[in-house]
Amino acid sequence: MPFHIPEDYYYTKEHEWAQVDENIVTVGITEFAQDSLGEVVYVELPEEGQKITQGQTFGVIESVKAVSDLYAPVSGTVIEINAALSDDPSVLNDDPVNEGWLIRIEMDTEKELANLMRAPDYKKLIAEK
Amino acid sequence: MTKSYRNGHYAAMKKTPLASTHEKLGARMVDFAGWFMPIQYTGLREEHDNVRSNVGLFDVSHMGEVRVKGPKALETLEWLTTNDVSKLNDGEAQYSLLPNDQGGLVDDIIVYCLSKNSDYLVCVNASNKDKDFAWMTKHNKGADITDESDLWGQIAIQGPKALDLCDRVFGFKVSEMKPFTLKAGTFHNHKIMVATTGYTGEKGCEVFVDAAGTVELWNTLLEKGQDLGVKPIGLGARDTLRTEMKYSLYGHEIDDTTNPYEAGLGWVVKPAKKDFMNKAQIVGKKEAGLKQNLVGFKMLEKGIPRQGYSLFSFDNKEIGKVTSGTHSPTLDEPIGIAYIDVAYAKEGTEFLLDIRGRKVKAVVVKTPFISK
Repeated sequence: MPFHIPEDYYYTKEHEWAQVDENIVTVGITEFAQDSLGEVVYVELPEEGQKITQGQTFGVIESVKAVSDLYAPVSGTVIEINAALSDDPSVLNDDPVNEGWLIRIEMDTEKELANLMRAPDYKKLIAEK
Repeated sequence: MTKSYRNGHYAAMKKTPLASTHEKLGARMVDFAGWFMPIQYTGLREEHDNVRSNVGLFDVSHMGEVRVKGPKALETLEWLTTNDVSKLNDGEAQYSLLPNDQGGLVDDIIVYCLSKNSDYLVCVNASNKDKDFAWMTKHNKGADITDESDLWGQIAIQGPKALDLCDRVFGFKVSEMKPFTLKAGTFHNHKIMVATTGYTGEKGCEVFVDAAGTVELWNTLLEKGQDLGVKPIGLGARDTLRTEMKYSLYGHEIDDTTNPYEAGLGWVVKPAKKDFMNKAQIVGKKEAGLKQNLVGFKMLEKGIPRQGYSLFSFDNKEIGKVTSGTHSPTLDEPIGIAYIDVAYAKEGTEFLLDIRGRKVKAVVVKTPFISK
């Protein structure tokens, strides 16, 4: 199945994406992640104002069959969560890379972006799966 | 996320006769107890719903089959199992348990009577097969016990339209068989045994077929059932289907420490009828008063229960552990199964579930979770 992997996003090896707009980073899970998990039925996100750290878990996502941790692509402060997901996570199943975003972070430092993958490398990673 | 399976490990996994068929059907394959098995084809919920509303096919060829034959067959099975084997006539089946000598269970099984007193087939869990065979052999009372697991493929056909499909394919009226019975026959010159058993709560059967005939039978069922909406079903939906019925799964509700009465399986323990392995300890625990019960529960606040989560009373005492939990596709809400202190086991009792450090309210409910 061909996955939509936006070229301008950054990616973690745990299958989160990060879209960077100056110092604001929008975070979600990739289509590959959604497809692997199956139908997402529950999302647990941090509160606005919470500090998160690159590589550390910031929330949990559950499908019918499994629980998976969410890993922060960059360090910073959560400034917004996608509140629509807590009532109805179906948008995350339908469009994980746009409408199904999870949180927005005010990034501490751009330097951390160097630790993330760009689309070509991420495509290689999932091709090996 | 998912593990890659096309690596060195792939070669080491055991394959059912249907392994490449599943891959051709586009299944996502996983390592299940050392077996290369389909977890899902098109999607767990779609597959689950298809079994509840139409008919589904499950490859259960990984399950083990142990044959117990000879003049001492009945005596041996009476000793090894908790249920009353002597009441089985030819072509009858029963759910049963293999107790160990420590008060727990080696496995849960189905015993099929092929010929009263002298010939039985025992269907065991894939993950326990080698352990079961070794245990049965060690405590054999003189029967001829052989591991026939490699000889048989097994396909479960389950759903409201399952028996229609079976009647078309097997050349006899499966729809007229009573539950928990068995009928031998042939399919395209392959030996089959059709058993009206299952693990979903739906009508249907489980068919043992010569390993060499498994693919042909599978393809025929898919073809002849097209207008009935037949679909292949993965292990993911198999688990949600059985959880909705509160059927036990070894490694979840039962294990080598489980007392059958606490697990709600007292109905397959027949101490008044016969002697069996470790009877005194198993029955003694019941007579001394059970400490916990296996119950179903639902959530009163957000969250999905999962195996291993702890249950707490409102005064913060740990009162139990979750054995299985999922988001029920049929009910579209979370459901769980748990061992709980007997004082809290009554329907309607509220308690707290510890979900990764967050304590949320839940309530004991009637099971099965769905009415069948």
